[in-house]
Amino acid sequence: MYSKGLAPLAAAAAVTITTALALVFFYAPNDADQGFVQKIFYIHVPMAIVALCGFVAGGIFGIRHLRSGDRSWDMRSYVAIHLSIILGLAVLITGSIWAKASWGHWWLWDEPVLVSFLVVFLLYCVYYPLRFSIEDPDRQARYSSVFAITAGAFVPLNFIAVRLAEKYTHPRVLSQTGGSLPGEMRLTFLVALLGMALLFVTLWKLELTAKHASMQLKRLRNRARVAA
Amino acid sequence: MPALPLDEAGKYVAASYVVFVALILIYVAIIGAKIARIERQISELVEDDE
Repeated sequence: MYSKGLAPLAAAAAVTITTALALVFFYAPNDADQGFVQKIFYIHVPMAIVALCGFVAGGIFGIRHLRSGDRSWDMRSYVAIHLSIILGLAVLITGSIWAKASWGHWWLWDEPVLVSFLVVFLLYCVYYPLRFSIEDPDRQARYSSVFAITAGAFVPLNFIAVRLAEKYTHPRVLSQTGGSLPGEMRLTFLVALLGMALLFVTLWKLELTAKHASMQLKRLRNRARVAA
Repeated sequence: MPALPLDEAGKYVAASYVVFVALILIYVAIIGAKIARIERQISELVEDDE
C-alpha cells in the first residue's frame, strides 16, 4: 500500500542528494563574506524548510483524519511530524555549528531565526508525551490530530516572525525580488532542497510501510489466536 | 567576524554534514531493525500455522 513507488523514489533521492553534494563542493563558489563555512547553508536551510513543511503536512493530514475518521491519515500525520522532529534536531545542531563558525558563539538568544525555530521544535516535542499518554487508539488519534492542526497553523508564524525581525543575518534566498544568492549558489541550493524533499518523502513512505506491515501482522496474530 | 581559514572552516562543515548523515543512518537502522523484527514474527506465524 505505502511501498508503491518507494524504490524509484529512493533512487531519485540518492541521485539528487549526490548531485547536490557534488554541486556544493565542486561547483558553488565560496561565499565572499563567510568563506568555506557557508557550505553549511546548503544542508542546514533545506533541512529547516523541509522540516517546517513536514510539520504543516502533519497538520493537513490531521485535518483529513478528523474529516474522514480514517486512522491511516493520523498515521501519516504522526510519521510526518516524527520525521520533521528528527530533521529539526539536525537543523538545531547544524545551525549551532554554523553559528559558532560564523559568529563565535554556539547559540545567540537575540537571533530570531534560531530562537523561533527552537520554539517550534520544542512545541512539537510535546507531541510525543501527548500522543502516548492516551491509551484508547481512537482518542489518541483524535487528540493527536487536533494538536497537529493547531501546531501546524503555528508554524507559518515562524516564517513571519523571521521576516518581521529587524536583524537579517541569514541570507534571504526565497524573497519575491529573487533573493541575494548568485546563480551557481541558487542552483545548488535548489538541487539540495529537492534532494532533501525527496529524502523526506522516501523515509516517510518507508516508515509508513513498516508501520502498516506491523499493524497487518498484529491483525493476523489476533485472527490466529481467535482461530486457535 | 572575518571568514575562517579553510583548515578551520573545514572542521565545522564536515561536522555539519556528519550530523546529517549520522541522523539519517540511525533512523534507517531503526526502521531496518523494525522490518527485520516484522519478518521474524511473520516467519514464526507461518511456522505455527504449519
